[in-house]
Amino acid sequence: MQKLRIHIALKKGVLDTQGKAIESAINKNLGYNQISNVRQGKFIDLDIAETDPNAIKQIVEDICNKLLVNGVIENYSYQII
Amino acid sequence: MKIAVITFPGSNCDQDAVMAAKKISNKVLNIWHKQTSLDNDLDLIIIPGGFSYGDYLRSGAMASISPVMQEVKRLADRGNKIIGICNGFQILTESKLLDGCLIRNKSGKFICQSTKLLVANNQSAFTSGYKQNQIINIPIAHADGNFFASDDVIKKLQDDNLIAFRYVDDYGVASAEANPNGSIFNIAGIFNSNKNVLGLMPHPERAIDNHLGSSDGSALFSALQLAC
Repeated sequence: MQKLRIHIALKKGVLDTQGKAIESAINKNLGYNQISNVRQGKFIDLDIAETDPNAIKQIVEDICNKLLVNGVIENYSYQII
Repeated sequence: MKIAVITFPGSNCDQDAVMAAKKISNKVLNIWHKQTSLDNDLDLIIIPGGFSYGDYLRSGAMASISPVMQEVKRLADRGNKIIGICNGFQILTESKLLDGCLIRNKSGKFICQSTKLLVANNQSAFTSGYKQNQIINIPIAHADGNFFASDDVIKKLQDDNLIAFRYVDDYGVASAEANPNGSIFNIAGIFNSNKNVLGLMPHPERAIDNHLGSSDGSALFSALQLAC
């Protein structure tokens, strides 16, 4: 059994309305002026009953391509945690 | 004419779609998303609007792998006609039956209003009831209607005439002001390459009676009736 964390981020250039709103809130409401380029992503943690890195890679790629990630707008990476 | 309207958990325009479908057909089936087979003789499949699976993960993502979608893909390949409205459009892009992706509106707001659409291509079973470049009045109601695609895909949609509807002003100009959600090229609806699949964010099924503010959606359904 391995624990995995899959990171999903919007590709460069794809509008991130949440990131913009967060940036605006930090700067306008918390009074900071050093913060810029806020981008919001997400991570998904899961357990996988595999230990072979190749098998894990294959499964992660499959579930990311078919469900977790939309390749039109998102990139992903994953790590064993 | 035989029509299926698919309901997912969280669909909320399915009964509006059924009502619109009943105006053109007396064989309207309401199909639950767990169904694993669809009849080959369906003339039209409607993927309705709503918030399937509460928009978890991405709008339309979870529904795109619901059991019934394998059958929808099979029938799309066969050439059966499929229309995805609002969340249905999102489900069709997530299923890769249509290009691009619908992301959050540029304003970040949920927008519910009447919009003017330009019929950008009337050469299809869905749009033949309109004149080319006709301006029609159809409402939108969405938070994730901002059509996004790579430059290559946008070029292909333009070159192959696969843009069905665009947001325009009263004079038919696709201006920034007339663009409610930030969609590239003011795109409101697109076809697949065979033009048997249409996805659009506006709701033609909510514009089939003047009492609802517009009946401009009726021509879409009556054209489908003629085509089948």
